[in-house]
Amino acid sequence: MTHNNHRMRSQQSASRRFFTAVACSLCVLLSPLSLAEALNYETRSVSFAMRQEPPDLNAMTSTDTTSGFILDHIMEGLLTYDPKGNLVGGVAERWELHDDRAIFWLREDARWSDGSAITAHDFVFAWRKVVEPATASEYAFILFPITNAQAINEGELDSSELGVRALDDRTLEVSLHQPTPYFLSLTAFRTTYPAKQSFVESKGQRYAADATDMLYNGPFTLTEWVHGASVAMEKNPYYWNRDNIWLNRIDVPYITEDANARMNLYRDHKIAVADELVSESLDGALQERMQIKTFLDGAIFFIEFNYRPDYPTRSLYLRKAIQSVFNTDDLVYKVLGNPGSYPAYTIYPRWMKGAEDLFVREHPPHKPDLNVEKAKGYLEQARQELGVDELPPLTLLADDSPNGQKTAEYLQTLLTQSLGLDIRVDVQIFKQRLAKMTAGDFDMVVSGWGPDYNDLLTYGDLFASYNLNNRGRYNSEEFDHWVSVAQSSLDTDARMQAFAKLQELMFDNVIMVPLYERGKIYVQHPRLHGVLRRAVGGDPNFNFSTIEPPADQ
Amino acid sequence: MTEFIIKRLLSGLVTIWFIATATFIGMHAVPGDPLANAKAMKPEIRKNLEARYGLDKPVLQQYGIFLTNMLKGDFGISFTQKNRRVNDIIREHFPVSAVLGVLALIIATVGGVVWGALTAIYRDRWPDSVIMFLVVIAVSVPSFVFAMLGQLGILGVNKWLGFSLLPVAGWGSFGHMLVPALVLGLSTMAFLTRLMRSSMLEVTNADYIRTAKAKGVSPLRIFYKHQLRNAILPVVTVLGPAIAAITTGGFVVELVFAIPGLGRYFVQAVQQLDYTVIMGTTVFYGAFLVLMVLLVDILYGFIDPRIRVGKH
Repeated sequence: MTHNNHRMRSQQSASRRFFTAVACSLCVLLSPLSLAEALNYETRSVSFAMRQEPPDLNAMTSTDTTSGFILDHIMEGLLTYDPKGNLVGGVAERWELHDDRAIFWLREDARWSDGSAITAHDFVFAWRKVVEPATASEYAFILFPITNAQAINEGELDSSELGVRALDDRTLEVSLHQPTPYFLSLTAFRTTYPAKQSFVESKGQRYAADATDMLYNGPFTLTEWVHGASVAMEKNPYYWNRDNIWLNRIDVPYITEDANARMNLYRDHKIAVADELVSESLDGALQERMQIKTFLDGAIFFIEFNYRPDYPTRSLYLRKAIQSVFNTDDLVYKVLGNPGSYPAYTIYPRWMKGAEDLFVREHPPHKPDLNVEKAKGYLEQARQELGVDELPPLTLLADDSPNGQKTAEYLQTLLTQSLGLDIRVDVQIFKQRLAKMTAGDFDMVVSGWGPDYNDLLTYGDLFASYNLNNRGRYNSEEFDHWVSVAQSSLDTDARMQAFAKLQELMFDNVIMVPLYERGKIYVQHPRLHGVLRRAVGGDPNFNFSTIEPPADQ
Repeated sequence: MTEFIIKRLLSGLVTIWFIATATFIGMHAVPGDPLANAKAMKPEIRKNLEARYGLDKPVLQQYGIFLTNMLKGDFGISFTQKNRRVNDIIREHFPVSAVLGVLALIIATVGGVVWGALTAIYRDRWPDSVIMFLVVIAVSVPSFVFAMLGQLGILGVNKWLGFSLLPVAGWGSFGHMLVPALVLGLSTMAFLTRLMRSSMLEVTNADYIRTAKAKGVSPLRIFYKHQLRNAILPVVTVLGPAIAAITTGGFVVELVFAIPGLGRYFVQAVQQLDYTVIMGTTVFYGAFLVLMVLLVDILYGFIDPRIRVGKH
């Protein structure tokens, strides 16, 4: 018995020692964790959480906004945007835009991150590469205003025929096959960023695959890229405008698609901006006195119709009936309930500029006259127009995103109850929704559109008969005519008139029914300033951010 | 023994081939276009992209190319991570899932055995009821709820302490793993607890226990030497599949805690129809599962001499 007791006691003290050791090692392991922080005034660094790993940091082929966020910190085009969103010189210090050509004079002090000068040849190389069919760049169309670009892209000409040449190391001449009033805004877009031939070719397939496989010319350079885990950018000592860049470091220590997780990281003071929140993640934010911010991200959502023969939606009166019962306010405020989203009456976002003022202020869109009785009359006319006694069931295609599904269910209820239509909702994953749209396998789609460049045309030409994104195959000569005026007129007023005409046609012919303008919700550290939120280009942007010193200093 | 392992490895290869083929057929049968993007693509661009990924060839030929490359251990380049090889994705992200999975498994196994043994010892008394009640909750509540609660829990503790005891998300140190591993192992732990309880109860009434008691062996020794060792066998049986389930099933946990594991790629590849990543991760996980089951079969022999494999 005594023997046993003794053994148990020694066991006890052994286990106590063991636990002490474990506890100590835990403390050692855990202690360095408190070092990560949302922002630091002393080191001039800020932390952020991304939604996903950047899929493609090769500017020549990149199409997605996540990569765009990184690229717009580490690269720069001929032109760029100032903090107010105005086009200003980037690599180019001076430029001229004519009917048939554009000339850019490059800065003497524009440098790559290896210290070498950026030359006009770097643009010639990159742009040729973008339009070469073998590159398979999905955004090659950005360069189509340039002479021969489209023919090269379609494999008819060699890329050396592209209308761009280096007059000398610092002068770039671009020939345009038709007047392109918005060409300058294209030169701030990532597809037109330069690339150094010797570097790109030395990397081969590995180009842009890792932080060491890229050359940078933007305000920051990519210094760390742990795939799926973290990204870090540091101030580029060779950037020509480095004196106006205050931040030293942009840290992205977290990558998660979970909005709640991003919000929790913000609450734990680990990140300075929690972006793309959802209403659910805002629970308690107001009690904690957080300032919830919103901004319109440029995405417009609308009902797209199928105009192929044999589809009932080709009937104008059917579309008019739908237009006459749909209330965008109800959808935005009662159904979706996302702070920051706005009702929509036109394809053009409310923040886009017109001739002098905002476009929608210069050319206010029509608001539909909501009237169920009138809608029923239209429906009767639609039946006559289509020559049927009873309208067939209509397929409403939507993707499986929360907003897509909510919108589709709301439209189904609305159109069934007010018009007695038989609506079949077809919910698909995003890629399958696109595949079905391209195949024309729908009557109506809950569709969306985001801008590619900073000009009304990126929205205005959407329903041009030749536009591949016009998946409902709307086809009207009148519409195409006004698109061509908007495309090539160098007179701003005439262009704006053309855009207004397109807006009117979209309303009168109910080419589509605007649903809502999407807003992004975010919270931001009160001491962080100068974070740019933009619909076009990488978002958010910290290039011009500053940090206020802490209150106790 | 060697003969047994070789036999099993060969049948494992057939299994992997079958998994690969079934996935390949399923993947191509699922509607949707892997190359589709929000912006429409010119036919010429599409043709070039198809050529890059070999989608321009007949499906049967694609299958042949895939099998040949698979034998060479090359799964190609991801559709969504444009410049990354699938091999790199697996190589960089599986270790993360594995470390997390092993920790989760340790928590699950130790917890399962301890709780299970406790419930059996205190059968029909309050510790049994309490633990079994918790087990039912852990089995029936989906893991994303625990993940979110776990994160909110850390947040609350950090706030209360005034400093970060544990990180709410991220990866890099032991502190990052603790709560995610606990959440990840929770349902397995619950499952093992139930298993352990029933097999403990079975053993308790066995003849050799009564004999041991009659011989005056101390209860502690009976528990360790006779009950536990015999009762743990069914637990080991399910350990193989459990390892695979834990290392592959971390998607939600990886998402909530921003952990760069392979589970996220595995699930997102399916959502985005990333053909090469789907094939690569499925075949890899298939092979992993086959290996784990084999490993467990070999382990049996060490725990229970009666079923040492390969001996006649």
